[in-house]
Amino acid sequence: MGHYSALAIAREAFRDHRGWQRAWKSPEPRRRYDVVIVGAGGHGLATAYHLGKNHGITNVAILERGWLGGGNTGRNTTIIRSNYLQDASAAIYEKARSLYETLSQDLNYNVMFSPRGVMMLAQTEHEVRGYRRTAHANALQGVETEFIEPRRVKELCPIIEIRGPRYPVLGALWQPRGGTARHDAVAWGYARRCSAMGMDIIQKCEVTGIRTSGGEVRGVVTTRGDIDCGKLGIVVAGHSGHLAEMAGFRLPVESVALQALVSEPVKPCMDVVVMANTVHGYMSQSDKGEMVIGGGADGFINYTQRGSFSHIEETVRALVETFPMISRLKMLRHWGGIVDMTGDRSPILSRTPVGNLFINCGWGTGGFKAIPGSGWGFAELMAKGESPLCADLGLNRFREGRFIDESVAAGVAH
Amino acid sequence: MLILTCPYCGVRCDETELAPGGEAHLKRFGPGSSDEEFEDYLFMRANPNGVHFERWRHVYGCGKWFHAARNTVTLEVYGTYSAQVHAPPQEIRDAVSNRVPGWHWKDES
Ligand SMILES: Cc1cc2nc3c(=O)[nH]c(=O)nc-3n(C[C@H](O)[C@H](O)[C@H](O)COP(=O)(O)OP(=O)(O)OC[C@H]3O[C@@H](n4cnc5c(N)ncnc54)[C@H](O)[C@@H]3O)c2cc1C
Ligand SMILES: [Zn+2]
Repeated sequence: MGHYSALAIAREAFRDHRGWQRAWKSPEPRRRYDVVIVGAGGHGLATAYHLGKNHGITNVAILERGWLGGGNTGRNTTIIRSNYLQDASAAIYEKARSLYETLSQDLNYNVMFSPRGVMMLAQTEHEVRGYRRTAHANALQGVETEFIEPRRVKELCPIIEIRGPRYPVLGALWQPRGGTARHDAVAWGYARRCSAMGMDIIQKCEVTGIRTSGGEVRGVVTTRGDIDCGKLGIVVAGHSGHLAEMAGFRLPVESVALQALVSEPVKPCMDVVVMANTVHGYMSQSDKGEMVIGGGADGFINYTQRGSFSHIEETVRALVETFPMISRLKMLRHWGGIVDMTGDRSPILSRTPVGNLFINCGWGTGGFKAIPGSGWGFAELMAKGESPLCADLGLNRFREGRFIDESVAAGVAH
Repeated sequence: MLILTCPYCGVRCDETELAPGGEAHLKRFGPGSSDEEFEDYLFMRANPNGVHFERWRHVYGCGKWFHAARNTVTLEVYGTYSAQVHAPPQEIRDAVSNRVPGWHWKDES
């Protein structure tokens, strides 16, 4: 695998770009691996990467039923922030955000991390109080956020109508080092490093069964044959319930469709990410100029990656009031992903009732931002059996009533 | 767009007229139950990739709760029925079996 650099671009420019190599190999599955990861989304790939990098475990296969990054990782609106309320969440999301800062260098792959700043608008008195509280909590957690006044909101994002008729802007929670990154590049960058470490990324390989004996996992049944493993990690987002059923246990998770849309491209008009939780919508501008818009999730179980149009209408209606200039934009594309929702809106990184079988799921509407931190923590959990980052995020928290309630911080789907 | 017929008032409702209420036919556990039973009742969900029974409320209509049998993969609706039952009635089970050979209600083997 060649190293990507300015020099490499110059060199290739002189030989008609014929020297570029494939970014990752496409091997045939072997009979056995020390670790098998199901799901080549960002979380599965980051887990494999950190198994190799932090723990020296490289006899690893990542099995993907479609193409890598084709799940929610390639469908999300790429907001990265860590301004959560509870300590356990702040820890893993801030770990992830700080790893994003240097991810391009670490992976030698440009993930286009753009810490342009994320603003969560307060449009009711409750939100003002809630976000002031979050800013204080973040100060204690070492997460850099601040509560800003409406005038500053307008300075940072002139296209906002702060005197909206129904929901005037009363302030905002501002995280200057939040932002966005290129979602596909995150998956591709990790995949390239995993492949370089000798791991096998096997696409078009669906896991259809999980083999256990004596309460321990032995391997998986796939559309490309049986594969044995020492340890198994399930990292399949919306399909987690289905995989858990194969292994014989249930999860506190429901899978629903979450949608997003982009407008036609326009000239640069917004260089921050804005979320409006009361009216339920958020927006940023992509490097191509499209306005990237998202909103709420459907309320019923759905595995089709298509959502209800009423949600799109609702989201756009909400945003037009705060951003009047978008009212005449044309919608260019619209899509959905299947997200895995937990009752407390926090993820599950956990052992399971089956020995040597681990699960990483429940990231719901907001797991893109967490990919590097989740990979770091989950790899540690799989390698050593415990990890400080995952300690509070186990499955048993539901039975024990130790919820990590982020329904407010995660109020709007992002 | 999901369309369900309210079994009470007979109106064919667009989903915007309805509020979803989650998995149906859960057995309720409360004081005196074990931690496992209570956890199961409160949090654990079937979340199936296929046939699903769920609760809906005709909020912008007659206001009543009812049940629906639906497929979460094809989005096919097999039927709607009264909320006053603990399990899907026979005609709903037949409607599902006709479309999904081999399917059976979890309490039947
Ligand atoms: C519209 C939308 C907008 C979003 N916006 C944001 C945002 O702005 N910020 C943010 O932080 N998060 C956002 N999210 C959430 C984020 O996308 C997810 O939390 C995150 O991408 C989950 O990554 P993952 O690796 O766990 O799952 P995925 O990327 O979905 O990967 C799981 C993989 O498992 C594979 N798989 C499933 N079943 C099997 C099987 N049986 N065998 C083999 N492989 C299987 C799937 O094909 C898939 O590729 C958004 C999500 C959506 C849908
Ligand atoms: Zn009715």
